[in-house]
Amino acid sequence: MVSGSSRALLGRDLNLALRLGGGGGVAVAFFVLTAVLVPLGVGKEAGLLGRVAGGVLWIAALLAALLSLDRMFQADHEDGTLDQLMIAPIPLEQVVLVKATAHWLTTGLPMTAIAPLLGLMLSLPLEALPALVIGLGVGTPALSLIGAIGASVTVGVRRGGLLLSILVLPLYIPSLVFGARAVEQARVALDPTPALLLTGAISLFAAAIAPFAAAAALRINLR
Amino acid sequence: MEIVIDKLKVVRSGRVVLRDLDFRLQGGQAAALRGPNGVGKSTLLRTLAGLLPLAGGDVRLAGRALATDRAGLQENIAYAGHLDAVKSQLSVVENIAYWSKIYGGSAERTEESLDLLGLTSIRNRAVAECSAGQKRRLGLARLAVVDRPLWLLDEPTVSLDQEAVALLTSLVQRHVDAGHMALIATHVDLALDPLHELRLTPPAHARRTEADPFLEGAW
Repeated sequence: MVSGSSRALLGRDLNLALRLGGGGGVAVAFFVLTAVLVPLGVGKEAGLLGRVAGGVLWIAALLAALLSLDRMFQADHEDGTLDQLMIAPIPLEQVVLVKATAHWLTTGLPMTAIAPLLGLMLSLPLEALPALVIGLGVGTPALSLIGAIGASVTVGVRRGGLLLSILVLPLYIPSLVFGARAVEQARVALDPTPALLLTGAISLFAAAIAPFAAAAALRINLR
Repeated sequence: MEIVIDKLKVVRSGRVVLRDLDFRLQGGQAAALRGPNGVGKSTLLRTLAGLLPLAGGDVRLAGRALATDRAGLQENIAYAGHLDAVKSQLSVVENIAYWSKIYGGSAERTEESLDLLGLTSIRNRAVAECSAGQKRRLGLARLAVVDRPLWLLDEPTVSLDQEAVALLTSLVQRHVDAGHMALIATHVDLALDPLHELRLTPPAHARRTEADPFLEGAW
């Protein structure tokens, strides 16, 4: 029954994210637009673009993940859904995990899927593309999970999105450092594996602590 | 089955809202929770639902104590607060179907709960196009998707018309007749039988303060 409840909650969150105002496609659109702006800003010289592409795409991914983060719990808090979820036969920690998963499925996953195209557009060498895609694939879950902690801390705050960015962006630094490092290693024909493993390790670490941290913050905020 | 409230004390942001509250409600009974605005009716219901921390005392329901087994107690509770917990982007039936699945209810019960609140005719309407009364009915329909012994209703009749109040009354009556319990904060008279009463009064120190000319305006 618990897994049935989680599945229903996940389906509901995805359904809401994909409808008007849900913010599902916004993150991907923002990700693409930012990448398109880079050549306009730094010039179209292929060597320079290729050197910065990995870092730029990772920064764009961090910012895009932030966009819809503030609504993760806020919307449910405002209309009373969060109260009902606390009474529902599903632990609050699992609610957090489900909501972070829904966030990742509508931000991290589509961004990972479109990243190779953007990499090519930014003249990233072909041999660096796998490191970019794998890095985003194993690294973006950390963005949604760490973001869930920030979203739960700011759930009762008006205009909490601004505070949320300031809280969460510093916590994204390790993912950015190792994710961009993996792309750079692959670009200069070195082994990207250690950096990729570390990127994935951050996601695993976040998956282990985020549900408990976020659930504790939600309980405090619901008073 | 019964719910026992034992010397309950609740503090919100440093202010004692409820203290030394004792109350019992047995299976097959409903009680109206009455008292002036701001006396702590919603606070009491939210505390019983496990949404606010206890500052003292305890609540026991079905052998579970709120102080030690919050989740176990919550499994026996259905709560309908001021907020309806419905999503305006979804249709009426989608809203209730998702709640039913989250609470582990069946598809038949979902349709039945819509019928009980008179929502079948607008089942496919988007909630964004529903009136406040229809949204309230939808929020109340969630009570009927699973069997939970104790219903906590916070001013359920707000924005309901007479016909909907009658539907709600019969819904609660059916629940109570099945041997369950309901605690309803309300300012209107509900035609429930038997209907007990829990009247909350402002705490003694607040009354004393009002009578003290030297402390006038201090609060």
